[in-house]
Amino acid sequence: MGSIGQSHASTGLITAREAGLVACRRCGQVHALGTQNCTRCHGALQSRDAQSLQKVWAWLIAGIVLFIPANIYPMLLTNTLIERSDSTIIGGVVELIHYKSYGIALIVFVASIMIPIGKFIAIAYLAISVQQQSILNMHQRHKLYDFVEFIGRWSMIDVFVVAILSALVQLNTIASINPGIAALSFALSVIFTMFSAQSFDPRLIWDADRKNR
Amino acid sequence: MALPPLQDLIACPHCDTLHAAATLPDGATASCQRCHAVLQTARAGAMVNVVSLAVAAFVLMIAAISFPFMDLNAQGNHNATSVFSAITAFNTGMAVPLAVAVAMFIIILPLTRLVAIIYAIGPLARGVTPRPLARQAFGLAETLRPWAMAEIFMVGVTVALIKVAGLASVTLGPAFWAFAGLVIVTIVKDQIMNRYAIWEALDKATQARA
Ligand SMILES: [Zn+2]
Ligand SMILES: [Zn+2]
Repeated sequence: MGSIGQSHASTGLITAREAGLVACRRCGQVHALGTQNCTRCHGALQSRDAQSLQKVWAWLIAGIVLFIPANIYPMLLTNTLIERSDSTIIGGVVELIHYKSYGIALIVFVASIMIPIGKFIAIAYLAISVQQQSILNMHQRHKLYDFVEFIGRWSMIDVFVVAILSALVQLNTIASINPGIAALSFALSVIFTMFSAQSFDPRLIWDADRKNR
Repeated sequence: MALPPLQDLIACPHCDTLHAAATLPDGATASCQRCHAVLQTARAGAMVNVVSLAVAAFVLMIAAISFPFMDLNAQGNHNATSVFSAITAFNTGMAVPLAVAVAMFIIILPLTRLVAIIYAIGPLARGVTPRPLARQAFGLAETLRPWAMAEIFMVGVTVALIKVAGLASVTLGPAFWAFAGLVIVTIVKDQIMNRYAIWEALDKATQARA
């Protein structure tokens, strides 16, 4: 515990809030507490967003709910002269392995399965740890937040694959590819999870450090 | 406790820790003492570079959406598509909302962001008075940052090419290469564009006029 206590008590760093100020999250400009809009970038100011965690949970739950049909229903509907087939997200990965495209199979698997699930867990963990005012691993949690914000949008890869394939493969009777319902629910799941991560106020991670002192 | 004037303070957007803004020598970077987020950078000529890259990206974007992207050939059946015609071709069922989403993420939002950046930073690069809505425009560009997904689309294209390889032969069109160039230019631009440096430059340029 020693090192955590020393981390800022000894360096004498104070937050804008403790100095009676409110900082703009978009541009860093500080204002007197109670100022409504940033003088520099005109963004709305909030010392701490009281509803931050509620929004995080609401978007996160919506994202998780839509992730379920995204995995059950077909992502791609393929019609060729010989056959008609539907493939789910996992089915698409299996198909790529079948074609011996292991690298691409890995990219799709990571982007469509691992990143979304990892993101659900990471955001839930961050929200719970803030609610419990945990003072453990603040640096690591902050890095986790940055990582989640950075990586989330890459889940969109499979949606673009479906869109490109369905635009490209329209060869009358020979072959056609169309998007399935999972493409839409997956895209919405990614969008909602991005909203969830953006609703999280990372300053809450560091606030717990002060309240417990 | 006595605080310096508010405009000389920077609060870390990640952890709210207060710092006194420093005048940095060229090439230097200042980070938050608590969470190590980058707060300030000083790069001579960064504004000019950002604007030139944004203009280049804009031109590439227009090329990427109007020229043929790929040509698919299976047993004599051709299908050459530009990004624009591909999006407008979607008109049934599940494809419509998907087409709207794709158009937003790879065309509308990236183009809006580029225009906003050129509008806000262009005058700074030329050393003239910022435009009246420069702050709102740059704020918009910042908000749109995670939603402009050109580079992700490019990875999607690669995956799609491999999936379709068994079905037909594909020839890449000029738009594909324009798009690849666009992705590289966008990544370089976002690397050298430091948001706090730009806010500061907007402040200074406005004060100089007053
Ligand atoms: Zn601001
Ligand atoms: Zn910080």
